[in-house]
Amino acid sequence: MILKEKLASGKFVVTTEIGPPKGVDIQEMRESAELLRGKVDAANITDQQSSVMRLGSLAGCSLLKGWGIEPVFQMTCRDRNRIALQSDLLNAYVFGIENVLCLTGDHVFLGDHPEAKPVFDLDSISLLRAAKTLEQGQDLAKKELKGAPRFFLGASVTPGADPLEPQIIKMEKKIKAGAQFFQTQAVYESKRFEQFMQAVKPFNVPILVGIVLLRSAAMARFMNKNVAGIFVPESLIEELEKAESKAKKSVEIAARLINEMKHMCQGVHIMAIGWEKRVPEVIEAAGL
Amino acid sequence: MLVSELKPWQEILGYLEGESKVFLLGCKGCAEACQTGGEAQVLEMKQKLEREGKAITGYSVIDFLCDRALVKMRLKAHEEEIMAADSLLVMTCGIGVQATSAVVDKATHPACNTINLGGARGEWRGSERCRECGDCLLDMTGGICPLTACSKGLLNGPCGGAKNGKCEVEPQVRDCGWHLIYERLKRLGRLDRMKAPATFKDYRRMEPPVHLRSTIMWALEQEEKEAAVR
Repeated sequence: MILKEKLASGKFVVTTEIGPPKGVDIQEMRESAELLRGKVDAANITDQQSSVMRLGSLAGCSLLKGWGIEPVFQMTCRDRNRIALQSDLLNAYVFGIENVLCLTGDHVFLGDHPEAKPVFDLDSISLLRAAKTLEQGQDLAKKELKGAPRFFLGASVTPGADPLEPQIIKMEKKIKAGAQFFQTQAVYESKRFEQFMQAVKPFNVPILVGIVLLRSAAMARFMNKNVAGIFVPESLIEELEKAESKAKKSVEIAARLINEMKHMCQGVHIMAIGWEKRVPEVIEAAGL
Repeated sequence: MLVSELKPWQEILGYLEGESKVFLLGCKGCAEACQTGGEAQVLEMKQKLEREGKAITGYSVIDFLCDRALVKMRLKAHEEEIMAADSLLVMTCGIGVQATSAVVDKATHPACNTINLGGARGEWRGSERCRECGDCLLDMTGGICPLTACSKGLLNGPCGGAKNGKCEVEPQVRDCGWHLIYERLKRLGRLDRMKAPATFKDYRRMEPPVHLRSTIMWALEQEEKEAAVR
């Protein structure tokens, strides 16, 4: 079964993400993939994550598919206008890649080429609409396609956003534009996630809760200070500080969070940010 | 000069759907020169809207609608007429609409599109507020322009990059444009505007139309170029 079918059948799914290398040495990426094969239902390939130039998401997805893992093609609107975005959607389909996560993307100022021209011709919502339009055999200019693609379209949402209402308004717009599943920003407070899930219950769309592995107390503090919509409670930071083995504690916390929240949602999306090789440990510790 | 043109009549009527009382605002600056928002056009608009069954609670034509402080002062005299209206129809450039929105707690509708001629700031010089995109969106966004207020110029709501109402691009100084838009639409009871279907922008309209490019100065430059080639 593919991701779409698993979610439709009500199976609790596990996805993760792999960041491609800056360069063409794909050895480490391949090793991560080998470790994850058979353990996750699909893996996202990030699209120039944090606006840092590297190997692309489409090439990464194609490699991943060859290595036996179902890919989720992450697409942002930062670097391509509507012509290139639509073309890459067609490209993905002919490579057999149908899962697409449609994102607006970070601003170029935050990456390693801050002098670049930010595009944002489309945004997450208009990109979803573009993909939907292609499925109907037309492009955004209403020109007919020779053969129409099919996609399983995903989007993101931030359950910890404050205020939450604009996020929920936008989430509903994403669903209307074509989103069929959601992967969330990292969540560390199950209470807050429960409230979020209550608020979006009427949407009736599969949601995969986002888990980012906490590598250290310093990383948690950095995220609290700098990353929008992420809040790591002080109790977790203290736990990490006191732990003898940070790696072990990190896995333990992730597994605990998954167990607290898995009955609330339809799957989990584990973001390891460099610790891809620990993802199988998290899955095992969580008993998934 | 900020060159404007009146929006199509159906678009203006669409903004006023469900509203019966309107206050009209015109501008004696660029909009008068463009014949889009001078006294004559305001009076014509009044008649046309009355024929559509709208009540005009009052109107005012201000020297420069892009001067926020001046707009605030002049509108004091019309406070009752404005409060009696459902909304204001503002017949000028995008800066004038935003200056009005900044001083009046009522919905504002733009009657004009502002045509691109290279980025003028009007008399409200604090920052760039109108990108002269030729397809004014201010009705949808509570009178705050998402092209200039959002660092990514997003049209369909906030991205995930705002913290405490600040944009992650410059968190010390820059407000999240969509946070401002959300707060204002909520205050006005018009959050439904944020739920409107996906918007695409037609970037062709950011090019000034040929009749504006073909000025005498432009023609002279063309002649110079041709002479140089010869």
